[in-house]
Amino acid sequence: MTAADTVAAPAAPSAEDPSGGAASGGPAAARRSPGGSRSRLSLWVPPLVVLGVIIAAWYFVSLVVLGRRNYLLPPPHTVIAESFLDTSILVDILDATWRTSQVALAGLGAAIVIGVIWAIAMSQARWVERSTFPYAVLLQCTPILALVPLIGFWFGYDFLARTIVCVLIALFPMVSNTLFGLQSVDQAHRELFALQGAGRGTVLAKLELPAALPAIFAGMRISAGLSVVGAIVGDFFFQRGTPGIGALLSKYVNRLEGAHLFGAIIAAALLGVVIFGLFGLIAKAAIGRWYDFA
Amino acid sequence: MTMTARKPGTRTAPPPAPAGATAPAPAASRTRLLDFTDVAMTFANGTTALSGVDLTVDAGEFVTVVGPSGCGKSTLLRIASGLESASAGRVDVRTDRIGYVFQDATLLPWRNVRANVELLAELQKEPKAERARKAQEAIDLVGLSGFERNLPKELSGGMRMRTSLARSLTLDPQLFLFDEPFGALDEITRERLNDELIRLFTEKRFAGLFITHSVSEAVYLSTKVVVMSGRPGRIVKTFDVPFDMPRNPDIRFTPEFAELTGEVSHALREGHR
Repeated sequence: MTAADTVAAPAAPSAEDPSGGAASGGPAAARRSPGGSRSRLSLWVPPLVVLGVIIAAWYFVSLVVLGRRNYLLPPPHTVIAESFLDTSILVDILDATWRTSQVALAGLGAAIVIGVIWAIAMSQARWVERSTFPYAVLLQCTPILALVPLIGFWFGYDFLARTIVCVLIALFPMVSNTLFGLQSVDQAHRELFALQGAGRGTVLAKLELPAALPAIFAGMRISAGLSVVGAIVGDFFFQRGTPGIGALLSKYVNRLEGAHLFGAIIAAALLGVVIFGLFGLIAKAAIGRWYDFA
Repeated sequence: MTMTARKPGTRTAPPPAPAGATAPAPAASRTRLLDFTDVAMTFANGTTALSGVDLTVDAGEFVTVVGPSGCGKSTLLRIASGLESASAGRVDVRTDRIGYVFQDATLLPWRNVRANVELLAELQKEPKAERARKAQEAIDLVGLSGFERNLPKELSGGMRMRTSLARSLTLDPQLFLFDEPFGALDEITRERLNDELIRLFTEKRFAGLFITHSVSEAVYLSTKVVVMSGRPGRIVKTFDVPFDMPRNPDIRFTPEFAELTGEVSHALREGHR
Protein backbone atom coordinates (compact mmCIF):
# COMPACT_ATOMS: atom_id res chain seq x y z
CA MET A 1 0.00 0.00 0.00
CA THR A 2 1.17 3.48 -0.73
CA ALA A 3 1.61 6.18 1.83
CA ALA A 4 -1.48 7.94 0.50
CA ASP A 5 -3.62 4.93 1.40
CA THR A 6 -2.49 4.96 4.97
CA VAL A 7 -3.15 8.65 5.34
CA ALA A 8 -6.66 8.55 3.95
CA ALA A 9 -7.97 5.55 5.86
CA PRO A 10 -10.33 6.64 8.63
CA ALA A 11 -9.08 5.88 12.09
CA ALA A 12 -12.10 4.06 13.48
CA PRO A 13 -15.23 2.89 11.69
CA SER A 14 -17.72 4.63 13.87
CA ALA A 15 -18.56 6.42 17.01
CA GLU A 16 -20.09 3.62 19.03
CA ASP A 17 -23.42 4.44 20.53
CA PRO A 18 -23.56 2.33 23.67
CA SER A 19 -27.22 3.01 24.30
CA GLY A 20 -28.15 1.53 20.95
CA GLY A 21 -30.57 4.40 20.64
CA ALA A 22 -31.08 6.66 17.69
CA ALA A 23 -30.80 9.84 19.72
CA SER A 24 -27.13 10.63 19.17
CA GLY A 25 -25.89 12.86 16.38
CA GLY A 26 -24.49 11.91 13.00
CA PRO A 27 -21.90 9.22 13.66
CA ALA A 28 -19.88 10.07 10.57
CA ALA A 29 -18.55 13.28 12.06
CA ALA A 30 -15.15 14.18 13.47
CA ARG A 31 -12.85 11.32 12.65
CA ARG A 32 -9.41 12.78 12.16
CA SER A 33 -7.50 13.93 15.16
CA PRO A 34 -6.33 17.55 15.30
CA GLY A 35 -2.74 16.25 15.04
CA GLY A 36 -3.43 15.05 11.49
CA SER A 37 -1.02 17.40 9.73
CA ARG A 38 1.77 16.36 12.03
CA SER A 39 1.25 12.65 11.38
CA ARG A 40 1.12 13.44 7.65
CA LEU A 41 4.53 15.05 7.97
CA SER A 42 5.89 12.03 9.82
CA LEU A 43 4.68 9.86 6.93
CA TRP A 44 6.51 11.84 4.28
CA VAL A 45 9.75 12.66 6.02
CA PRO A 46 11.28 9.16 6.43
CA PRO A 47 11.01 8.14 2.76
CA LEU A 48 12.37 11.55 1.73
CA VAL A 49 15.35 11.02 4.00
CA VAL A 50 15.96 7.64 2.35
CA LEU A 51 15.70 9.32 -1.06
CA GLY A 52 18.35 11.80 0.02
CA VAL A 53 20.62 8.96 1.12
CA ILE A 54 20.13 7.16 -2.20
CA ILE A 55 20.96 10.27 -4.21
CA ALA A 56 24.03 10.91 -2.08
CA ALA A 57 25.19 7.32 -2.61
CA TRP A 58 24.49 7.69 -6.31
CA TYR A 59 26.72 10.79 -6.51
CA PHE A 60 29.38 9.07 -4.44
CA VAL A 61 29.53 5.99 -6.69
CA SER A 62 29.28 8.03 -9.87
CA LEU A 63 31.84 10.72 -9.07
CA VAL A 64 34.21 9.05 -6.60
CA VAL A 65 34.12 5.29 -7.24
CA LEU A 66 33.61 5.23 -11.01
CA GLY A 67 35.24 8.54 -11.84
CA ARG A 68 36.02 8.50 -15.58
CA ARG A 69 33.99 5.34 -16.20
CA ASN A 70 30.81 6.99 -14.88
CA TYR A 71 29.00 6.51 -18.20
CA LEU A 72 27.95 3.30 -16.35
CA LEU A 73 26.17 5.44 -13.76
CA PRO A 74 25.97 9.10 -14.75
CA PRO A 75 25.30 11.45 -11.83
CA PRO A 76 21.63 12.44 -11.31
CA HIS A 77 21.96 15.96 -12.69
CA THR A 78 23.47 14.60 -15.92
CA VAL A 79 20.57 12.14 -16.25
CA ILE A 80 18.05 14.95 -15.83
CA ALA A 81 19.88 17.33 -18.15
CA GLU A 82 20.48 14.82 -20.95
CA SER A 83 17.17 12.93 -20.91
CA PHE A 84 14.55 15.28 -19.56
CA LEU A 85 15.86 18.74 -20.46
CA ASP A 86 16.93 17.73 -23.96
CA THR A 87 13.64 18.07 -25.82
CA SER A 88 14.38 15.57 -28.60
CA ILE A 89 15.29 12.82 -26.11
CA LEU A 90 12.37 13.75 -23.84
CA VAL A 91 9.95 13.43 -26.78
CA ASP A 92 11.41 10.00 -27.63
CA ILE A 93 10.99 8.85 -24.03
CA LEU A 94 7.47 10.24 -23.68
CA ASP A 95 6.37 8.72 -27.00
CA ALA A 96 7.74 5.33 -26.01
CA THR A 97 6.14 5.59 -22.57
CA TRP A 98 2.79 6.44 -24.13
CA ARG A 99 2.99 3.44 -26.52
CA THR A 100 3.95 1.17 -23.63
CA SER A 101 1.04 2.40 -21.56
CA GLN A 102 -1.34 1.72 -24.46
CA VAL A 103 -0.14 -1.88 -24.64
CA ALA A 104 -0.22 -2.25 -20.86
CA LEU A 105 -3.74 -0.84 -20.54
CA ALA A 106 -5.06 -2.93 -23.44
CA GLY A 107 -3.53 -6.04 -21.91
CA LEU A 108 -4.77 -5.16 -18.46
CA GLY A 109 -8.29 -4.48 -19.74
CA ALA A 110 -8.37 -7.86 -21.48
CA ALA A 111 -6.95 -9.59 -18.37
CA ILE A 112 -9.63 -7.98 -16.17
CA VAL A 113 -12.48 -9.02 -18.47
CA ILE A 114 -11.20 -12.55 -19.04
CA GLY A 115 -10.20 -12.99 -15.39
CA VAL A 116 -13.53 -11.87 -13.92
CA ILE A 117 -15.58 -13.93 -16.39
CA TRP A 118 -13.42 -17.00 -15.81
CA ALA A 119 -13.71 -16.63 -12.04
CA ILE A 120 -17.50 -16.19 -12.24
CA ALA A 121 -17.75 -19.34 -14.35
CA MET A 122 -15.70 -21.23 -11.77
CA SER A 123 -17.77 -19.95 -8.87
CA GLN A 124 -21.02 -20.89 -10.62
CA ALA A 125 -20.05 -24.42 -11.61
CA ARG A 126 -17.82 -26.65 -9.54
CA TRP A 127 -16.77 -28.67 -12.58
CA VAL A 128 -15.46 -25.55 -14.33
CA GLU A 129 -13.34 -24.81 -11.29
CA ARG A 130 -12.12 -28.40 -10.98
CA SER A 131 -11.26 -28.69 -14.64
CA THR A 132 -9.76 -25.27 -15.36
CA PHE A 133 -8.29 -23.82 -12.17
CA PRO A 134 -5.21 -26.10 -12.34
CA TYR A 135 -4.41 -24.46 -15.68
CA ALA A 136 -4.67 -21.00 -14.17
CA VAL A 137 -2.10 -22.14 -11.62
CA LEU A 138 0.01 -23.71 -14.38
CA LEU A 139 -0.10 -20.40 -16.24
CA GLN A 140 1.13 -18.67 -13.12
CA CYS A 141 3.96 -21.18 -12.64
CA THR A 142 5.14 -21.15 -16.25
CA PRO A 143 7.84 -18.55 -16.82
CA ILE A 144 6.00 -16.38 -19.33
CA LEU A 145 9.34 -15.52 -20.94
CA ALA A 146 9.42 -19.11 -22.18
CA LEU A 147 6.16 -18.51 -24.05
CA VAL A 148 7.06 -15.13 -25.53
CA PRO A 149 8.89 -16.44 -28.64
CA LEU A 150 5.93 -18.69 -29.38
CA ILE A 151 3.51 -15.78 -29.11
CA GLY A 152 5.54 -13.86 -31.66
CA PHE A 153 5.70 -16.93 -33.87
CA TRP A 154 1.90 -17.21 -33.83
CA PHE A 155 0.67 -13.63 -33.63
CA GLY A 156 3.38 -11.62 -35.32
CA TYR A 157 5.77 -9.19 -33.70
CA ASP A 158 3.40 -6.29 -33.36
CA PHE A 159 0.90 -4.66 -30.97
CA LEU A 160 -1.26 -7.80 -30.73
CA ALA A 161 1.61 -10.03 -29.64
CA ARG A 162 2.79 -7.48 -27.08
CA THR A 163 -0.74 -7.21 -25.67
CA ILE A 164 -1.03 -10.99 -25.40
CA VAL A 165 2.16 -11.11 -23.35
CA CYS A 166 0.60 -8.57 -20.98
CA VAL A 167 -2.58 -10.60 -20.67
CA LEU A 168 -0.67 -13.79 -19.86
CA ILE A 169 1.33 -12.06 -17.16
CA ALA A 170 -1.58 -10.09 -15.67
CA LEU A 171 -4.31 -12.73 -15.83
CA PHE A 172 -3.64 -14.90 -12.79
CA PRO A 173 -4.04 -12.27 -10.05
CA MET A 174 -7.38 -11.27 -11.56
CA VAL A 175 -8.64 -14.86 -11.69
CA SER A 176 -7.48 -15.89 -8.24
CA ASN A 177 -8.53 -12.68 -6.48
CA THR A 178 -11.97 -12.61 -8.06
CA LEU A 179 -12.56 -16.28 -7.31
CA PHE A 180 -11.43 -15.81 -3.72
CA GLY A 181 -13.73 -12.80 -3.36
CA LEU A 182 -16.74 -14.62 -4.79
CA GLN A 183 -16.16 -17.66 -2.60
CA SER A 184 -15.53 -15.91 0.68
CA VAL A 185 -19.03 -14.49 0.97
CA ASP A 186 -20.33 -14.81 4.53
CA GLN A 187 -22.43 -17.95 5.04
CA ALA A 188 -25.13 -16.05 6.99
CA HIS A 189 -25.49 -13.65 4.06
CA ARG A 190 -25.99 -16.61 1.71
CA GLU A 191 -28.67 -17.96 4.05
CA LEU A 192 -30.35 -14.57 4.19
CA PHE A 193 -30.75 -14.74 0.42
CA ALA A 194 -31.67 -18.44 0.43
CA LEU A 195 -34.51 -17.80 2.90
CA GLN A 196 -36.12 -15.51 0.32
CA GLY A 197 -35.69 -18.10 -2.41
CA ALA A 198 -33.21 -15.94 -4.33
CA GLY A 199 -31.90 -17.54 -7.52
CA ARG A 200 -28.24 -17.88 -8.49
CA GLY A 201 -28.28 -14.85 -10.77
CA THR A 202 -29.71 -12.70 -7.99
CA VAL A 203 -27.20 -13.99 -5.46
CA LEU A 204 -24.37 -13.30 -7.91
CA ALA A 205 -25.51 -9.79 -8.79
CA LYS A 206 -26.69 -8.60 -5.38
CA LEU A 207 -24.40 -10.48 -3.03
CA GLU A 208 -21.36 -12.22 -4.48
CA LEU A 209 -20.11 -9.61 -6.94
CA PRO A 210 -20.48 -6.62 -4.59
CA ALA A 211 -18.87 -8.61 -1.78
CA ALA A 212 -16.01 -9.59 -4.11
CA LEU A 213 -15.27 -6.02 -5.24
CA PRO A 214 -12.51 -5.34 -2.67
CA ALA A 215 -10.71 -8.52 -3.75
CA ILE A 216 -11.27 -7.73 -7.42
CA PHE A 217 -9.77 -4.27 -7.02
CA ALA A 218 -6.82 -5.69 -5.10
CA GLY A 219 -6.26 -8.07 -8.03
CA MET A 220 -6.47 -5.15 -10.47
CA ARG A 221 -3.71 -3.29 -8.70
CA ILE A 222 -1.38 -6.29 -8.83
CA SER A 223 -2.28 -6.96 -12.46
CA ALA A 224 -1.77 -3.31 -13.36
CA GLY A 225 1.85 -3.45 -12.22
CA LEU A 226 2.41 -6.77 -13.97
CA SER A 227 0.93 -5.54 -17.25
CA VAL A 228 3.55 -2.77 -17.38
CA VAL A 229 6.20 -5.46 -16.95
CA GLY A 230 4.54 -7.48 -19.72
CA ALA A 231 4.48 -4.52 -22.10
CA ILE A 232 8.20 -3.85 -21.60
CA VAL A 233 9.09 -7.54 -21.97
CA GLY A 234 7.03 -7.61 -25.18
CA ASP A 235 9.06 -4.65 -26.47
CA PHE A 236 12.32 -6.49 -26.00
CA PHE A 237 11.17 -9.40 -28.10
CA PHE A 238 8.86 -7.82 -30.67
CA GLN A 239 10.43 -4.83 -32.33
CA ARG A 240 8.10 -4.55 -35.28
CA GLY A 241 5.58 -1.70 -35.59
CA THR A 242 5.94 0.96 -32.91
CA PRO A 243 7.43 -0.65 -29.84
CA GLY A 244 7.56 1.26 -26.60
CA ILE A 245 9.97 1.90 -23.80
CA GLY A 246 11.54 -1.58 -23.86
CA ALA A 247 12.82 -0.96 -27.36
CA LEU A 248 14.17 2.40 -26.28
CA LEU A 249 16.00 0.74 -23.38
CA SER A 250 17.71 -1.76 -25.73
CA LYS A 251 18.65 1.06 -28.09
CA TYR A 252 20.29 3.14 -25.35
CA VAL A 253 22.14 0.12 -23.97
CA ASN A 254 23.52 -0.74 -27.40
CA ARG A 255 24.74 2.81 -27.86
CA LEU A 256 26.20 2.97 -24.32
CA GLU A 257 24.07 6.07 -23.63
CA GLY A 258 23.98 5.75 -19.87
CA ALA A 259 22.21 9.01 -19.09
CA HIS A 260 19.42 8.30 -21.58
CA LEU A 261 19.13 4.75 -20.30
CA PHE A 262 18.56 5.99 -16.79
CA GLY A 263 16.04 8.52 -18.05
CA ALA A 264 14.07 5.75 -19.77
CA ILE A 265 14.25 3.56 -16.66
CA ILE A 266 12.89 6.39 -14.52
CA ALA A 267 10.08 6.93 -17.05
CA ALA A 268 9.22 3.20 -16.91
CA ALA A 269 9.22 3.29 -13.10
CA LEU A 270 6.98 6.35 -13.07
CA LEU A 271 4.59 4.66 -15.50
CA GLY A 272 4.31 1.71 -13.15
CA VAL A 273 3.71 3.98 -10.15
CA VAL A 274 1.10 6.02 -12.04
CA ILE A 275 -0.86 2.96 -13.20
CA PHE A 276 -0.69 1.40 -9.73
CA GLY A 277 -1.84 4.65 -8.14
CA LEU A 278 -4.56 5.12 -10.75
CA PHE A 279 -6.12 1.79 -9.88
CA GLY A 280 -5.85 2.60 -6.20
CA LEU A 281 -7.84 5.78 -6.84
CA ILE A 282 -10.40 3.92 -8.95
CA ALA A 283 -10.85 1.37 -6.15
CA LYS A 284 -11.23 4.10 -3.57
CA ALA A 285 -13.79 5.94 -5.69
CA ALA A 286 -15.76 2.75 -6.32
CA ILE A 287 -15.86 1.12 -2.89
CA GLY A 288 -14.04 3.44 -0.48
CA ARG A 289 -17.40 4.62 0.84
CA TRP A 290 -18.08 1.31 2.55
CA TYR A 291 -14.78 -0.56 2.48
CA ASP A 292 -11.84 0.48 4.64
CA PHE A 293 -8.56 -0.14 2.87
CA ALA A 294 -6.13 -1.39 5.48
CA MET B 1 -23.58 -27.61 2.61
CA THR B 2 -27.08 -28.27 1.50
CA MET B 3 -29.88 -25.92 2.15
CA THR B 4 -33.50 -26.00 1.31
CA ALA B 5 -34.63 -22.62 0.23
CA ARG B 6 -38.16 -21.79 1.14
CA LYS B 7 -40.07 -21.32 -2.05
CA PRO B 8 -42.06 -18.15 -2.28
CA GLY B 9 -45.44 -18.16 -3.91
CA THR B 10 -47.95 -20.02 -1.79
CA ARG B 11 -48.62 -17.10 0.44
CA THR B 12 -51.98 -17.26 2.05
CA ALA B 13 -51.28 -14.19 4.10
CA PRO B 14 -53.88 -11.50 4.56
CA PRO B 15 -52.82 -8.05 3.36
CA PRO B 16 -50.48 -6.37 5.85
CA ALA B 17 -52.30 -4.40 8.47
CA PRO B 18 -51.64 -0.69 8.71
CA ALA B 19 -49.21 0.02 11.53
CA GLY B 20 -50.73 -0.45 14.93
CA ALA B 21 -54.29 -0.04 13.71
CA THR B 22 -56.09 -3.37 13.58
CA ALA B 23 -55.54 -6.19 15.99
CA PRO B 24 -55.87 -9.68 14.51
CA ALA B 25 -59.17 -11.47 14.97
CA PRO B 26 -59.34 -13.39 18.27
CA ALA B 27 -59.99 -16.61 16.37
CA ALA B 28 -56.55 -16.42 14.83
CA SER B 29 -54.85 -16.13 18.18
CA ARG B 30 -54.94 -19.89 18.81
CA THR B 31 -53.48 -20.86 15.46
CA ARG B 32 -50.64 -23.29 15.84
CA LEU B 33 -47.90 -21.82 13.65
CA LEU B 34 -45.08 -24.21 14.47
CA ASP B 35 -45.43 -27.82 15.48
CA PHE B 36 -42.43 -30.09 16.03
CA THR B 37 -43.17 -33.72 16.87
CA ASP B 38 -40.35 -36.02 17.93
CA VAL B 39 -37.87 -34.12 15.80
CA ALA B 40 -34.29 -35.38 15.62
CA MET B 41 -31.30 -34.07 13.79
CA THR B 42 -28.18 -36.01 12.99
CA PHE B 43 -25.61 -34.35 10.79
CA ALA B 44 -23.69 -36.08 8.01
CA ASN B 45 -20.63 -36.32 10.26
CA GLY B 46 -22.62 -38.36 12.79
CA THR B 47 -23.16 -35.61 15.36
CA THR B 48 -26.62 -35.80 16.87
CA ALA B 49 -27.76 -32.24 17.52
CA LEU B 50 -31.36 -32.86 18.53
CA SER B 51 -33.34 -35.85 19.66
CA GLY B 52 -37.02 -36.32 20.43
CA VAL B 53 -37.93 -32.63 20.41
CA ASP B 54 -41.62 -31.73 20.78
CA LEU B 55 -42.23 -28.03 20.51
CA THR B 56 -45.15 -25.85 19.54
CA VAL B 57 -45.49 -22.14 18.96
CA ASP B 58 -49.01 -20.74 18.75
CA ALA B 59 -50.03 -17.35 17.48
CA GLY B 60 -49.70 -14.85 20.31
CA GLU B 61 -46.94 -16.82 22.00
CA PHE B 62 -43.37 -15.76 22.49
CA VAL B 63 -41.37 -18.90 23.16
CA THR B 64 -37.76 -18.72 24.28
CA VAL B 65 -35.39 -21.64 24.17
CA VAL B 66 -32.50 -21.64 26.64
CA GLY B 67 -29.79 -24.22 26.69
CA PRO B 68 -26.04 -24.68 27.00
CA SER B 69 -23.84 -23.80 24.02
CA GLY B 70 -23.81 -26.42 21.31
CA CYS B 71 -27.07 -28.05 22.42
CA GLY B 72 -28.73 -27.60 19.04
CA LYS B 73 -30.82 -24.53 19.85
CA SER B 74 -29.86 -22.87 16.60
CA THR B 75 -30.47 -26.07 14.67
CA LEU B 76 -34.06 -25.86 15.89
CA LEU B 77 -34.45 -22.50 14.18
CA ARG B 78 -32.67 -23.62 11.04
CA ILE B 79 -35.14 -26.48 10.73
CA ALA B 80 -38.12 -24.22 11.41
CA SER B 81 -36.97 -21.75 8.74
CA GLY B 82 -36.29 -24.43 6.14
CA LEU B 83 -32.55 -23.79 6.03
CA GLU B 84 -32.11 -27.41 7.07
CA SER B 85 -34.37 -30.44 7.13
CA ALA B 86 -34.81 -32.61 10.21
CA SER B 87 -33.49 -36.13 9.88
CA ALA B 88 -36.48 -37.58 11.74
CA GLY B 89 -39.84 -36.50 13.13
CA ARG B 90 -42.62 -34.23 11.93
CA VAL B 91 -42.14 -30.55 11.28
CA ASP B 92 -45.19 -28.44 10.56
CA VAL B 93 -44.74 -24.78 9.80
CA ARG B 94 -48.12 -23.29 9.03
CA THR B 95 -47.10 -19.95 7.62
CA ASP B 96 -44.91 -18.63 4.85
CA ARG B 97 -44.40 -15.28 6.50
CA ILE B 98 -41.33 -16.10 8.54
CA GLY B 99 -38.90 -13.54 9.84
CA TYR B 100 -35.40 -14.73 10.69
CA VAL B 101 -33.00 -12.64 12.73
CA PHE B 102 -29.44 -13.93 12.66
CA GLN B 103 -26.87 -13.90 15.44
CA ASP B 104 -25.08 -11.03 13.72
CA ALA B 105 -26.93 -8.21 12.05
CA THR B 106 -25.80 -9.64 8.64
CA LEU B 107 -26.23 -6.28 6.92
CA LEU B 108 -24.70 -5.79 3.49
CA PRO B 109 -21.89 -3.30 4.12
CA TRP B 110 -22.27 -1.58 0.74
CA ARG B 111 -25.94 -0.78 1.31
CA ASN B 112 -27.16 2.01 3.55
CA VAL B 113 -29.81 1.41 6.21
CA ARG B 114 -32.73 2.00 3.85
CA ALA B 115 -31.34 -0.24 1.11
CA ASN B 116 -30.57 -2.97 3.65
CA VAL B 117 -34.09 -2.83 5.03
CA GLU B 118 -35.50 -2.97 1.51
CA LEU B 119 -33.48 -6.06 0.61
CA LEU B 120 -35.98 -8.79 1.47
CA ALA B 121 -38.88 -7.11 -0.33
CA GLU B 122 -36.52 -6.56 -3.25
CA LEU B 123 -35.67 -10.28 -3.32
CA GLN B 124 -39.41 -10.98 -3.24
CA LYS B 125 -39.58 -8.81 -6.39
CA GLU B 126 -42.01 -6.35 -4.88
CA PRO B 127 -42.53 -3.06 -6.75
CA LYS B 128 -40.19 -0.24 -5.84
CA ALA B 129 -42.78 2.07 -4.29
CA GLU B 130 -44.18 -0.75 -2.18
CA ARG B 131 -40.83 -1.79 -0.73
CA ALA B 132 -39.86 1.82 -0.07
CA ARG B 133 -43.08 2.27 1.87
CA LYS B 134 -42.56 -0.93 3.88
CA ALA B 135 -38.93 -0.06 4.57
CA GLN B 136 -39.78 3.41 5.84
CA GLU B 137 -42.50 2.01 8.07
CA ALA B 138 -40.13 -0.57 9.54
CA ILE B 139 -37.33 1.98 10.00
CA ASP B 140 -39.70 4.28 11.88
CA LEU B 141 -40.92 1.37 13.97
CA VAL B 142 -37.44 0.46 15.24
CA GLY B 143 -36.53 4.09 15.86
CA LEU B 144 -33.95 4.55 13.12
CA SER B 145 -35.60 7.52 11.39
CA GLY B 146 -32.91 9.94 10.28
CA PHE B 147 -30.33 7.19 9.80
CA GLU B 148 -31.72 5.89 6.49
CA ARG B 149 -28.66 6.98 4.52
CA ASN B 150 -26.03 5.78 6.99
CA LEU B 151 -23.86 2.81 6.14
CA PRO B 152 -23.64 -0.14 8.55
CA LYS B 153 -20.05 0.74 9.48
CA GLU B 154 -21.26 4.08 10.76
CA LEU B 155 -23.74 2.47 13.18
CA SER B 156 -23.31 1.07 16.66
CA GLY B 157 -23.93 -2.61 17.31
CA GLY B 158 -27.36 -1.88 18.73
CA MET B 159 -28.36 0.21 15.72
CA ARG B 160 -27.15 -2.50 13.37
CA MET B 161 -29.35 -5.00 15.16
CA ARG B 162 -32.30 -2.59 14.90
CA THR B 163 -31.67 -2.37 11.16
CA SER B 164 -31.67 -6.15 11.00
CA LEU B 165 -34.98 -6.26 12.92
CA ALA B 166 -36.47 -3.66 10.58
CA ARG B 167 -35.37 -5.73 7.59
CA SER B 168 -37.30 -8.75 8.87
CA LEU B 169 -40.30 -6.62 9.83
CA THR B 170 -40.80 -5.67 6.16
CA LEU B 171 -41.96 -9.25 5.60
CA ASP B 172 -44.72 -8.65 8.17
CA PRO B 173 -43.92 -12.04 9.67
CA GLN B 174 -46.46 -14.21 11.44
CA LEU B 175 -43.64 -16.27 12.91
CA PHE B 176 -40.48 -14.52 13.99
CA LEU B 177 -37.35 -16.60 14.59
CA PHE B 178 -34.49 -15.09 16.60
CA ASP B 179 -31.10 -16.79 16.78
CA GLU B 180 -29.42 -15.21 19.85
CA PRO B 181 -29.69 -11.79 18.25
CA PHE B 182 -28.57 -9.73 21.23
CA GLY B 183 -25.80 -11.99 22.49
CA ALA B 184 -23.01 -9.74 21.27
CA LEU B 185 -24.45 -6.53 22.70
CA ASP B 186 -23.67 -4.87 26.00
CA GLU B 187 -26.10 -5.22 28.90
CA ILE B 188 -27.78 -1.80 28.58
CA THR B 189 -28.29 -2.09 24.83
CA ARG B 190 -29.59 -5.60 25.27
CA GLU B 191 -32.17 -4.56 27.87
CA ARG B 192 -33.34 -1.69 25.68
CA LEU B 193 -33.72 -3.95 22.68
CA ASN B 194 -35.60 -6.46 24.82
CA ASP B 195 -38.15 -3.75 25.63
CA GLU B 196 -38.31 -2.71 21.98
CA LEU B 197 -38.92 -6.31 21.00
CA ILE B 198 -41.73 -6.64 23.53
CA ARG B 199 -43.28 -3.46 22.17
CA LEU B 200 -43.08 -4.84 18.62
CA PHE B 201 -44.54 -8.14 19.80
CA THR B 202 -47.53 -6.49 21.43
CA GLU B 203 -48.05 -4.16 18.45
CA LYS B 204 -47.52 -6.53 15.54
CA ARG B 205 -48.82 -9.71 17.18
CA PHE B 206 -46.32 -12.06 15.57
CA ALA B 207 -45.46 -15.33 17.27
CA GLY B 208 -41.85 -15.52 18.42
CA LEU B 209 -39.31 -18.29 18.80
CA PHE B 210 -36.26 -16.84 20.48
CA ILE B 211 -32.94 -18.54 21.20
CA THR B 212 -30.73 -17.28 23.99
CA HIS B 213 -28.40 -18.51 26.70
CA SER B 214 -29.39 -15.74 29.09
CA VAL B 215 -31.97 -16.99 31.58
CA SER B 216 -33.14 -13.54 32.66
CA GLU B 217 -33.56 -12.44 29.05
CA ALA B 218 -35.59 -15.58 28.41
CA VAL B 219 -37.93 -15.03 31.35
CA TYR B 220 -38.28 -11.32 30.70
CA LEU B 221 -39.12 -11.64 27.00
CA SER B 222 -41.33 -14.63 26.72
CA THR B 223 -44.69 -16.14 27.46
CA LYS B 224 -43.11 -19.60 27.59
CA VAL B 225 -39.55 -20.70 28.38
CA VAL B 226 -38.25 -24.02 27.08
CA VAL B 227 -35.12 -25.47 28.67
CA MET B 228 -32.90 -27.75 26.60
CA SER B 229 -30.27 -30.21 27.73
CA GLY B 230 -26.72 -30.50 26.46
CA ARG B 231 -26.02 -32.43 23.29
CA PRO B 232 -27.95 -34.17 21.98
CA GLY B 233 -30.47 -31.44 22.71
CA ARG B 234 -33.70 -32.55 24.34
CA ILE B 235 -36.37 -30.45 25.96
CA VAL B 236 -36.09 -31.03 29.69
CA LYS B 237 -38.65 -28.59 31.04
CA THR B 238 -41.14 -25.94 29.95
CA PHE B 239 -42.20 -22.96 32.06
CA ASP B 240 -45.17 -20.64 31.50
CA VAL B 241 -44.32 -17.04 32.29
CA PRO B 242 -47.27 -15.40 34.06
CA PHE B 243 -46.27 -11.71 33.86
CA ASP B 244 -48.34 -9.20 31.86
CA MET B 245 -47.40 -8.04 28.39
CA PRO B 246 -46.04 -5.46 27.73
CA ARG B 247 -43.60 -6.07 30.54
CA ASN B 248 -42.79 -3.49 33.12
CA PRO B 249 -38.96 -3.31 33.24
CA ASP B 250 -39.18 -3.31 37.03
CA ILE B 251 -40.55 -6.83 37.22
CA ARG B 252 -36.90 -7.88 36.93
CA PHE B 253 -36.52 -6.85 40.56
CA THR B 254 -39.59 -8.66 41.92
CA PRO B 255 -39.34 -11.85 44.00
CA GLU B 256 -41.63 -13.64 41.52
CA PHE B 257 -39.22 -12.91 38.66
CA ALA B 258 -36.25 -14.00 40.75
CA GLU B 259 -38.03 -17.20 41.71
CA LEU B 260 -38.86 -18.09 38.11
CA THR B 261 -35.34 -17.32 36.85
CA GLY B 262 -34.06 -19.46 39.68
CA GLU B 263 -36.23 -22.39 38.64
CA VAL B 264 -35.20 -22.03 34.99
CA SER B 265 -31.52 -21.85 35.96
CA HIS B 266 -31.97 -24.92 38.11
CA ALA B 267 -33.58 -26.87 35.25
CA LEU B 268 -30.77 -25.73 32.97
CA ARG B 269 -28.16 -27.03 35.39
CA GLU B 270 -30.02 -30.32 35.81
CA GLY B 271 -30.20 -30.77 32.05
CA HIS B 272 -26.56 -29.98 31.59
CA ARG B 273 -25.38 -32.89 33.72
